[in-house]
Amino acid sequence: MKAEEIKADIVVDARGSFCPGPLMELVKTIKDAEVGKVIEVLSSDASSAKDIPEWVEKAGHGLIGVVQEDSYWRIIVKKIK
Amino acid sequence: MKKILVIGGGVGGTLVSNYLADKLREEIKNDEVKITLISERDKQLYEPGLLYMIFNRMEESELFKEIKYLLDPMIDLRIERAIRVVPEENYVETEKEKHYYDFLVIATGSRVVPEEIPGLVESGHWFYNVDGARKLRDELARFEGGKIVVSIMGIPHKCPVAPIEVSFMLHDFFKLLGRRDKVEILYTYPINSVFLMQNVSSVVEQLFNERGIKYKTFFNPIEVDAKNKKVITLEGEEEDFDLLIAIPPHKGSQLVIDSGLGDKNGWIPTDRYTLKVKDYDNIYAVGDATDIPVSKAGSVAHFEAEVISENIAAQIKSLPPTARYFGKAMCFIEMGFDLATYIWFDYETPPKLVKPNKFIHWSKIAYNKMYWLTARGVL
Repeated sequence: MKAEEIKADIVVDARGSFCPGPLMELVKTIKDAEVGKVIEVLSSDASSAKDIPEWVEKAGHGLIGVVQEDSYWRIIVKKIK
Repeated sequence: MKKILVIGGGVGGTLVSNYLADKLREEIKNDEVKITLISERDKQLYEPGLLYMIFNRMEESELFKEIKYLLDPMIDLRIERAIRVVPEENYVETEKEKHYYDFLVIATGSRVVPEEIPGLVESGHWFYNVDGARKLRDELARFEGGKIVVSIMGIPHKCPVAPIEVSFMLHDFFKLLGRRDKVEILYTYPINSVFLMQNVSSVVEQLFNERGIKYKTFFNPIEVDAKNKKVITLEGEEEDFDLLIAIPPHKGSQLVIDSGLGDKNGWIPTDRYTLKVKDYDNIYAVGDATDIPVSKAGSVAHFEAEVISENIAAQIKSLPPTARYFGKAMCFIEMGFDLATYIWFDYETPPKLVKPNKFIHWSKIAYNKMYWLTARGVL
């Protein structure tokens, strides 16, 4: 299944917030989410498309995909542990 | 009579009130306008002074002034605790009475919530309030050696540069005491650099390296193991410590949360240019209370207060409010006991770091004494 087609369990709409806002929103959300849940972060800040995948790798979660829409990015992450 | 109500006796609240009193002097004299400031405390705290207090470089008594001496005498000061804001009916309820308003300014600031990190209250220290600073000051004076972890446990927090400053000052503090070789300093930050702004990060990293201050990034604490003195992170790391100096998570005021005016963390959705609270034409928010992506710092509250007072004064005079805030901020950055720099930035202009020097440090020390003129609206 393509990243575009995955339905997230939790959507974090951080559009309009600047770095590190979207990453910090994901950190807070993932802290409280159950293992296995898919979280989608919406960010209008281009640096999120780089920073969030880096953090996801460091934290040992799964990066499902980064999808660029017209004016924002969708970064889809799975909580692994 | 038009009533302007300001909630909060910090830098934002006193400045907005004083600027408004200055702009509307005639109207107040003619009983056409009344400005009321509600504060739950009778004294204002100069929060940047806490950083100096923990190293015994400022006395606690220097950090407080009675609000009545900071305000223009034409302002009606009420020492009362506000319980809720009812924006649909234009009033604020306090423990004593209901205050109706035509214009409201919310200047309720932010607060630390160390209880949100399990184990932190039991085993950590912080300097973001007076009680915490007192305990940390005593602990630092007694600290003979070991590992100090300076850990930022959430963003946003007040004064974004303070954790960097405290790290540099710890280095100088123990160096002067002849104990630096017995003290390990580790700084941790939640994102992938040591600070939010890249050009500041690179200079700070270089100076950290020169001073032997270690750092770790992508470090998001979720728990402190108080028994074994370890910080545990969401990334799965553990870091032991002898002394933990935390920058605890922050939230907006309980009043904002209870009134349903904030997001889930209590930050008020605020227009980043007009500073009006979203969906309200007669309510403004200033300083730490807003959700605007700028530093939670006194200078931001100062520059925002200029815009808000100008706009409310215009609205009172039936003119369109034309002042706009463009994200202006200014922060000194102490880099030890005799060295500092500063950054100046706005929404469009990234900060350019000035080469650290002694003059800027002494300017900050002088400003620590002069701050009360800022609160009065003079400087």
